[in-house]
Amino acid sequence: MNKPNDLIDIPEESRLYKTLFFISIPMVIIALYLSFIYAPVERTMGVVQKIFYFHVASAWVAFFAFFIVAVFSIMYLIKRTRIYDVIAGVSAEIGVVYTAIVLITGPIWARSAWNTWWTWEPRLTTTLILFFMYIGYIMIRKMDGAWEKKARLASVFGIISFINVPIVFMSIRWWNTKLHPVVFGEGSDQTGGGLEPEMLVALIFSVFTMTVLYSVFLLKGVYIEKLQIQTARLKEKIQEKMIS
Amino acid sequence: MNNLFKAAFIIAGKDLYSEWKTKQVVTTMLIFAGLVIVTFSFAFDPSNNAVRAIIPGLIWVITIFSAILGLNRSFLSETKNDNLYGMIVSPTDPSSIYLGKVIANFIFVLIVQLVSIPALFILFDFRFMGNFPLFLAVVVLGTFGFISVGTFLAGLSSNSRSSEMLLPILLFPIVSPIIIAAVQATRILLIDIEQIASAISWIQLMGVYNLVFFVLCLVLFEYVLEV
Repeated sequence: MNKPNDLIDIPEESRLYKTLFFISIPMVIIALYLSFIYAPVERTMGVVQKIFYFHVASAWVAFFAFFIVAVFSIMYLIKRTRIYDVIAGVSAEIGVVYTAIVLITGPIWARSAWNTWWTWEPRLTTTLILFFMYIGYIMIRKMDGAWEKKARLASVFGIISFINVPIVFMSIRWWNTKLHPVVFGEGSDQTGGGLEPEMLVALIFSVFTMTVLYSVFLLKGVYIEKLQIQTARLKEKIQEKMIS
Repeated sequence: MNNLFKAAFIIAGKDLYSEWKTKQVVTTMLIFAGLVIVTFSFAFDPSNNAVRAIIPGLIWVITIFSAILGLNRSFLSETKNDNLYGMIVSPTDPSSIYLGKVIANFIFVLIVQLVSIPALFILFDFRFMGNFPLFLAVVVLGTFGFISVGTFLAGLSSNSRSSEMLLPILLFPIVSPIIIAAVQATRILLIDIEQIASAISWIQLMGVYNLVFFVLCLVLFEYVLEV
């Protein structure tokens, strides 16, 4: 059954992936329509405010991705199943990409809204530290050695980093005052700025779209990772055959 | 439980004894701390009065950079002759290895601080006029938090061939809360003594951070040392 040329057990792309992929295409188009055409232009910030829909959505997906990393890291340490490690690794990579998007769109928006590219404010600084932490996480995964070792160490680091996030946020909040508007609900001393209903619809839809897109990327990433493992196995088999 | 501390003290004693014989790590850390101070005197003019404001930051920069040197050595020295495997197979809890290493590293860094902080005050002509016991508490708490996470990540990165490069990248983001808290508390105690109440709350933050991460590292260290 497991002959070297036997390519039958190449993993198939899951049905879930295909469904989500075809759902995500119209969703992205609708999200673009909602945020650029349907939602009104903001009075003080103008067209630049359109970044908001993607900035917030990317930030949400980044945090969600890192949450997934922590969950699957804990599950890996308990169950020691390789798929959990693969999911955690792929999720961290997607999370780093989305954090990069947040860190790029943020300053563009901040330049016109706050008249500065960057400010050492809790959410910005936390996001930056988050970015560095998960780059470290990916560096552990790219270490030399057996996958079990890398998976174990990366899981440990994934758990530690995730626990660190709220502490970083709180400490920077104490260190520096806040500049971000509290958009939803009541803040501690600011009342919410509030959103137009159309804007809210566009925002919620784009957050939802980004989440679907995240799932598509995650499933695709896991699939690619599986193929790589498969390739490595096939190579090993061929090598064994050539030696013997 | 008793066994855990006993093994930890034996490991710490072994590290301290070998350090006493070779004097390799602490000497290097001290010289490095001195060089950092000299470099700072070029970067910030010591005769300038505004330099008072950066002294609290300097204390922690010196601590962090010299501690990194010691932390790198802490587990790499054990890979020689596969000492670490010997420790793993010995009938002790893995947590006691961690605890022992933390104690040893903590003492090394405290020795370095004991020399480098007064040296910094003298060379930058800084007159200490604050609350000395609280200042001591801040230094000890901040160093302990940094070392407890640092020792853990040093153990983690010692699995890699390029561990000296990996350790700072992993360590700095994780210890950022304790660095912020330590620098802020030190600043208040050294140059802004009126705001002592907020220094207390920074100390509390450090206490919470130390507790959370010390327990977490103690529990998770078992997974770092698996073969």
